[in-house]
Amino acid sequence: MRRSLLFIPGNNPAMLQNCDVFESDAVILDLEDAVSVTEKDAARALVSGYLKSLTEVPPMEIIVRINGLDTEYYEHDLEAIVSDKIDTVMLPKATVEYLNVLDKLLSKAEKAKDMQKRISVIPIVELAVSVLQIEEIVKCPRVNGVLLGAEDLSGDLGVMRTKQGNEILYPRMRLAYACAAYKIDAIDTPFTDTNDNQGLKEDCRFVNNLGFNAKAAIHPNQVPVINEVFVPERKSIEWALRVEEAARQASLKGLGVFGLDGKMVDKPVITRAQNILEKARKYKLI
Amino acid sequence: MKRGIAGSLESNDALITVKESDALKITVKSIVYDFFHKQIEKVILDTLQELGYDKIEVVCEDKGALDYTIKARLTVAIARMEASE
Repeated sequence: MRRSLLFIPGNNPAMLQNCDVFESDAVILDLEDAVSVTEKDAARALVSGYLKSLTEVPPMEIIVRINGLDTEYYEHDLEAIVSDKIDTVMLPKATVEYLNVLDKLLSKAEKAKDMQKRISVIPIVELAVSVLQIEEIVKCPRVNGVLLGAEDLSGDLGVMRTKQGNEILYPRMRLAYACAAYKIDAIDTPFTDTNDNQGLKEDCRFVNNLGFNAKAAIHPNQVPVINEVFVPERKSIEWALRVEEAARQASLKGLGVFGLDGKMVDKPVITRAQNILEKARKYKLI
Repeated sequence: MKRGIAGSLESNDALITVKESDALKITVKSIVYDFFHKQIEKVILDTLQELGYDKIEVVCEDKGALDYTIKARLTVAIARMEASE
């Protein structure tokens, strides 16, 4: 269960060495779009060096965005970064075919390195074909979350990106449903205006109501906004606590359905309350 | 003469230039020279030993880089030197 995932350019030592202070649930060490073609080798070596330097388990999930399987770089990327020090590989321009190839490559590397950890995968849905494949993508091996990549997707569609985001409403809804069906993280595309945190907050609220539980960030200043929106509000937590207590009392009386504040409470309502409390407890809000 | 460069002069980075040479020559320029030049030289020497180089010229312009950054930049500079015409 993630809320915020912060992109860190893989060839930026200052960002890399401080990436554990931004309080994001995950950092995405980026070897792809944040790195120019002439610096791929340098970013790969730097990220590899950073990972090897970690002597303690960091407070956040470590994700590495490798280059796509349609490039000449991905094999070198995997060779440099697959280790017990990372949790997840993020795959750009993901398709079912590429995800199955990546699974085999990771299995081979994990075996060769005698790793105890099984690395997870977050595919980026940023091609029209990937939107159509989403129901299969969420079932692929290792996938425990999906990121919507709106910039490339808009390019593939041949439409302009807007702040309102009508052009990505359909992929957002498909992705939210597919992830909910398989109980994995639905991660929204970054909000690219790093000077508009009010717009970011509104965007987060909008996608949260669609069913997304997390959002990628491209600037550390976006992390607190995202973390605040993707947790239950205080009044929801208070309601869920009351439901929990009322359900406990009802259970003692052998009741499956009961009333609270004049409204019927049954199993779906109790489950919703439990989900709110699970998230609230995870993020130490209660 | 083959040479390779990697890194930058941005904060927390190091710009490393390597050249083919018939002797070992290491030059360190650093914003924290007084405190760390010995440590920086050690990282360079250890990396050269690991890569099997004992005759090479290395110039390291350090802007407060951590050890792993210096090692990564040196490794890439040498790879680029070897790949150069």
